[in-house]
Amino acid sequence: MAAQVKIRGKLKDGVAQVKSLMPHPMETGTQRDPAGNLIPAHYIDKVTCYRNDQEVLSADFGASVSKDPYFAFKVKNCSPGDVIKVTWVDNKGETSSGELVLK
Amino acid sequence: MNINRRKWLGSMLALGGAALLPMRLFADTAAAFKATSADVALKELFGDLPMEESSEINFKVPDIAENGAVVPVSVSTDIEGVQSITIMVDENPNPMSASFNISPDAIADISTRVKMGKSSKVRALVRTPDKVYVASQEVKVTIGGCGG
Repeated sequence: MAAQVKIRGKLKDGVAQVKSLMPHPMETGTQRDPAGNLIPAHYIDKVTCYRNDQEVLSADFGASVSKDPYFAFKVKNCSPGDVIKVTWVDNKGETSSGELVLK
Repeated sequence: MNINRRKWLGSMLALGGAALLPMRLFADTAAAFKATSADVALKELFGDLPMEESSEINFKVPDIAENGAVVPVSVSTDIEGVQSITIMVDENPNPMSASFNISPDAIADISTRVKMGKSSKVRALVRTPDKVYVASQEVKVTIGGCGG
């Protein structure tokens, strides 16, 4: 089970300012473990952000995004009670998400 | 009978068109991520779209990154009609780092963190329907982020 996305945000003049953190190893596939074996690539390759189930933003990641990716973004036309959700999928098909209700 | 057939043909064509559309809007990012040089990645992403240096992009990266494994990057812009923002680290084994698709309901203002193997030029590419705007900055890395 992949860890949940940590998500924080605030609403200011209809704009949701959201910060998210996705715990993930983000292995590039070029590093070796102490025994000298290559560690296979394992990274998030797709992040999608929704407002009330409507997609508002998406991101394609390569392996060169830092470990435990941090992603901050802004969404227009938001009102209190709207739900912002962030989900990711990695190259092994694992997935996780996190959501936030705007106040 | 005839009308039905026409309707069916029409809807099939519409379906085909709808399936093709996203591919045209968002270029083939998978190929761009695999590219080992920034020029090839740019070509895969934007094809022949004209590119232009722009001061309208607010591109924030440190001049000197103490730790190449965590280099904060933020890109924001007031340019109209932004479709996507791409971050490219020229000297990385695969220069393309991340690409963000901005819908009309999102603001072209994103922040993230990337890994850098060594000192390199970092580029922010802002795509609009008819042009790609570029901002770039040299970043010095004192400790590499790729097993260095």
